[in-house]
Amino acid sequence: MQIYLPIAEVAVNAFTLVGLGGVVGLMSGMFGVGGGFLITPLLFFIGIPPAIAVATGANQVVASSVSGVLGHVKRRTVDFRMGTVLLIGGLIGSALGVLVFNLLTRLGQVELVVQICYVVMLGVVGSMMLIESVNALRRTRSGKRTARRHHGWIHALPFKIKFRTSGLYLSVIPPLAVGLLVGVLSAMMGVGGGFIMVPAMIYLLGMPTKVVIGTSLFQITFVTAFTTLMHAVSYNTVDVMLAVLLIIGGVTGAQLGTQLGARLRAEQLRILLALVVLAVCGKLAMDLFLRPDNLFSLTPGII
Amino acid sequence: MRGLALIAVCLIGLPALAQDPVVPDAAVSGGAEIMSFPSPEAPRGETAAPEPVPHAEAPESVVAGLSSDEVAITANFDGSEITIYGAIKRQSPIPADSRLEIAATIEGPPRSVTIRRKSRRFGIWVNTDSVVVGSAPSFYSVATTGPLDVILQPEEDARNRISVPMVMRSFARPFQVEDPAAFTGAMMAIRIADGTYRVDVGGVKLKDDTLFRADFRLPANLVEGAYKTRIFLLRDGHIVDSYSTAIEVRKVGLERWLYRLAFDQPFVYGVMSLLIAAIAGWGANAAFRALQRK
Repeated sequence: MQIYLPIAEVAVNAFTLVGLGGVVGLMSGMFGVGGGFLITPLLFFIGIPPAIAVATGANQVVASSVSGVLGHVKRRTVDFRMGTVLLIGGLIGSALGVLVFNLLTRLGQVELVVQICYVVMLGVVGSMMLIESVNALRRTRSGKRTARRHHGWIHALPFKIKFRTSGLYLSVIPPLAVGLLVGVLSAMMGVGGGFIMVPAMIYLLGMPTKVVIGTSLFQITFVTAFTTLMHAVSYNTVDVMLAVLLIIGGVTGAQLGTQLGARLRAEQLRILLALVVLAVCGKLAMDLFLRPDNLFSLTPGII
Repeated sequence: MRGLALIAVCLIGLPALAQDPVVPDAAVSGGAEIMSFPSPEAPRGETAAPEPVPHAEAPESVVAGLSSDEVAITANFDGSEITIYGAIKRQSPIPADSRLEIAATIEGPPRSVTIRRKSRRFGIWVNTDSVVVGSAPSFYSVATTGPLDVILQPEEDARNRISVPMVMRSFARPFQVEDPAAFTGAMMAIRIADGTYRVDVGGVKLKDDTLFRADFRLPANLVEGAYKTRIFLLRDGHIVDSYSTAIEVRKVGLERWLYRLAFDQPFVYGVMSLLIAAIAGWGANAAFRALQRK
């Protein structure tokens, strides 16, 4: 069934969009990532103009994160205090990211920088996570307990507060910095940033995996809502028709994902996420290194 | 069919680009201020009033109609068929010394486009050069009774902008590349491949040199606006008469409402989008919990 999107001004198959939303929602529920890093490139692929794909992708992420985070609130696996600190960093970062984005656009290389950022980030995060979780899995198999790591320098920082849900007594500086970085990425790449935040929370802040996903979803909900509103107001690039179709698939997928995620073990979850991240990274890297089919590309408007 | 059309256009288009009738030395000097397409100031279309070259002994004129002069874009809009039909009115017998040919065009509202080219830098493929076309139709379809380069003189084409290379007008700014023709050629190839630009040789059916009809298919991804529709009567490559009208393409109903809201009240629209997202997320969560309780 073809459906005409009023803002994007293209007609696409409604079922393709619902399916796309579903797959991404499944990821979102399972791993606590917003799925923006998947949905945005997939929308490009089916012919949605990039600016609209980024903005509408953010809107879809809002829905799947709300759906996911409610499930986690019910199970008391959201650290609201940590989430708020991350969010403050995120909103500041998002505003900074817009400035950087505008600067790069003027230089004419925004696409390239974003792509390289993706490849480097996803590559580093993905391989770190894969190695770590494979090791952890092996250790639990052999019966040994993993000792909680202690990061000396992080604990030496000032402004410590108690994060009861996470069982941490930590300075607010590292979570603020993580939130800030994620906010910058969110504005520049049109992603929620969960794929950076989840590993950072586990390895850098030492939060328990159980709490990480809910907390990350909590932060993503608000940062992407802010991003969506910004895009809608300043560029008119949110296509609500497109968003609704993605959301229908997305929220369903997110619920299934949360159920599935609760049944899998933490290490297995992390290995799966690492593999997804590496696969996306590989695809983007290939685009950079292989000769493209067509050297020419068309972008609407004067840039 | 598409492949054929592509070859046809390349054959028609590339020579026209290489030996531009307006600025013949574009490729040689290749510098600023030079346009290889007619400048936007140049008269075009009906303003150019292609003075029907009065064939003294055979005044022929065209009478035409459209199957529909309005296209409504609804939520499930899936393209539209438009038929242009008409007849040739004469005061005297049909001239036998030359063949009558017809070209019909439909042209969407103009949009600017940036054409970028990638090249290899430090092992990775980077957008290095770009050419900006200030105004190119968002849709263009031309149907004819025969190959355009045979039935139409280049100067008539340049004046009325009938062939695909001619409808892409004006560069928006002086370009810094040596081979702008490669860029515009690539743009045509991309647009023809995705169906945005079409050339349908033989798409106009002419009966007894008097009645004609041309069928056009408008794709689903149309932009709003007036789609200029033109018909040219050609003899010996010259335009004998022409007719111009417009098809109005408009969004209607929900499509129109959303579009207006997004542009007139973006904040309300943004908040609405967020509310839909939040409610959908909450609804799905509640629904699944209800399912689980059972």
